[in-house]
Amino acid sequence: MALLSRRTDLPFERDDSSRYLPWLTAFMVFLASLTLAGVFAISDLAGTWDKGLSETLTVQLPAGEDERTDERRAAAAIKILEATEGVEEVALLPPRQVRELLKPWLGAAADAGQLPLPQIIDVEIDRDGIPALATLTEQLRRAVPGAAVDDHGAWMSGFLRALRSAEAIAVLIFLLVGVATVGTIVFTTRAGLGVHREVIEVMHLIGAHDRYIAAQFAVRSMMLGLRGAAMGIIAAAMVLIAFGVLVEFQGFGVLPGIDLSLGAWIAVVLLLPATGLLAWLTARITVLRSLARMV
Amino acid sequence: MDEIVRFQTVGLRYGMGPEVLQDLSFTLTPGSFHFLTGESGAGKSSLMRLMYLAKKPTRGSVSLFGRDIASLRHDDYPTLRRRIGVVFQEFRLLPHQTAFDNVALPLRVSGMREKEIKKHVEELLTWVGLEENMAAWPETLSGGQQQRVAIARAVIAQPKLLLADEPTGNVDDRIAARLLHLFEELNRLGTTVVIATHNKSLISSSLHPIMHLEGGRLSIEDRESEPAATVETLPRSGRL
Repeated sequence: MALLSRRTDLPFERDDSSRYLPWLTAFMVFLASLTLAGVFAISDLAGTWDKGLSETLTVQLPAGEDERTDERRAAAAIKILEATEGVEEVALLPPRQVRELLKPWLGAAADAGQLPLPQIIDVEIDRDGIPALATLTEQLRRAVPGAAVDDHGAWMSGFLRALRSAEAIAVLIFLLVGVATVGTIVFTTRAGLGVHREVIEVMHLIGAHDRYIAAQFAVRSMMLGLRGAAMGIIAAAMVLIAFGVLVEFQGFGVLPGIDLSLGAWIAVVLLLPATGLLAWLTARITVLRSLARMV
Repeated sequence: MDEIVRFQTVGLRYGMGPEVLQDLSFTLTPGSFHFLTGESGAGKSSLMRLMYLAKKPTRGSVSLFGRDIASLRHDDYPTLRRRIGVVFQEFRLLPHQTAFDNVALPLRVSGMREKEIKKHVEELLTWVGLEENMAAWPETLSGGQQQRVAIARAVIAQPKLLLADEPTGNVDDRIAARLLHLFEELNRLGTTVVIATHNKSLISSSLHPIMHLEGGRLSIEDRESEPAATVETLPRSGRL
């Protein structure tokens, strides 16, 4: 395959302009790998939360005058819920668990048992089979005045919006890193064209096509790009693994762990051929455009 | 094709400077052999540059192999240049390549297979007396040896037009005569040759016409065109 031949007529080994290209590429690919991993992690997180919360409802019953009223109301609500198509599981939270949930807001008063606490029912649903939320709420309110049904929609939409924004920013950063990489290769290639101008002129006068000269720059750029990309990916993989271990041990709570999916790792590894291709293509186009201006 | 080179009222200037070539009109037919003479600064190298497509004229028209260069697309240049062999005055060998690789370059850019390249290059370098220097870097060769490498590079692809700028400037008379024989043999096989030179003994050793440049203007002195010396047998019968 002539276009990928390693033999070169240009003295690239004496060319200082491309000496730092592998290091610059390594840094770019390192950033791109972390960003890409971030995109996948955010996407997985959003998917997990979305799926988890979209399959549950929370029914809140106002506190009654006494325990017997509470029990009667809970039983009525549970009966309606269990009879509703699409409801898969209904569980009344024990008062102790409700107090635990409210403790961050009510403090010691929640434990004292002096405050009338609402009853909470966790409902697992099949989202496709459940009737409209308004209909269910109406049925519950007829049995238990003041009953409220929360499908976490408002909270979820805000949370998902924030995640999607973070995801979009990460994609933007990824693209900017790509543009910066292209810019670096263009700059290095142009510098190389200047350094080798004399040799290129001789090659032209001997009858070399622009494509012949461009192929040599492109292969050189690709090899440097691949070397840099390999370094960047290895460094990024080490950081990602270390970060995953740190999160695992520190237990940051809200984060469900940084276990990257297989798809994410494949995407990171694919940055290697992608960088090689980008370097090859960028150098080739740069050289062809520059040589087109020569006699 | 009855014209290899055709100049019509050609002028050339560099930047905003004066014209270094003025109103040049001449035709080189296939198989012709000319010496190009003139004082230093008369415009010999500029005329050569126009003929090997390193420059475009600022006025007039230049045709090579029947094609007006003003109408050439960028992609057409390599095809035409492969039909032109050039011996540059300053050799312009690639310093990072061996003598072998320098001579092989025109064949490589034209896509010839390495096995054939090796055969042709070794044969030609042996003929020009550089069989011991094939793997040598240009900087380790003498001026005369570098010049022979440059000549070998110019003729390796059997050009239809050979342009040589002071090709015997750094070699002794014996090698100069040998190189002239090489050019004449190429010429006998149909290559049009133009040799820019100050070497009076080289010019007087043959009867080829002289193109004389003076102050950017050209005159042509026709002499009876007969070989002045016996032509040596070249390698690869039919190739050179």
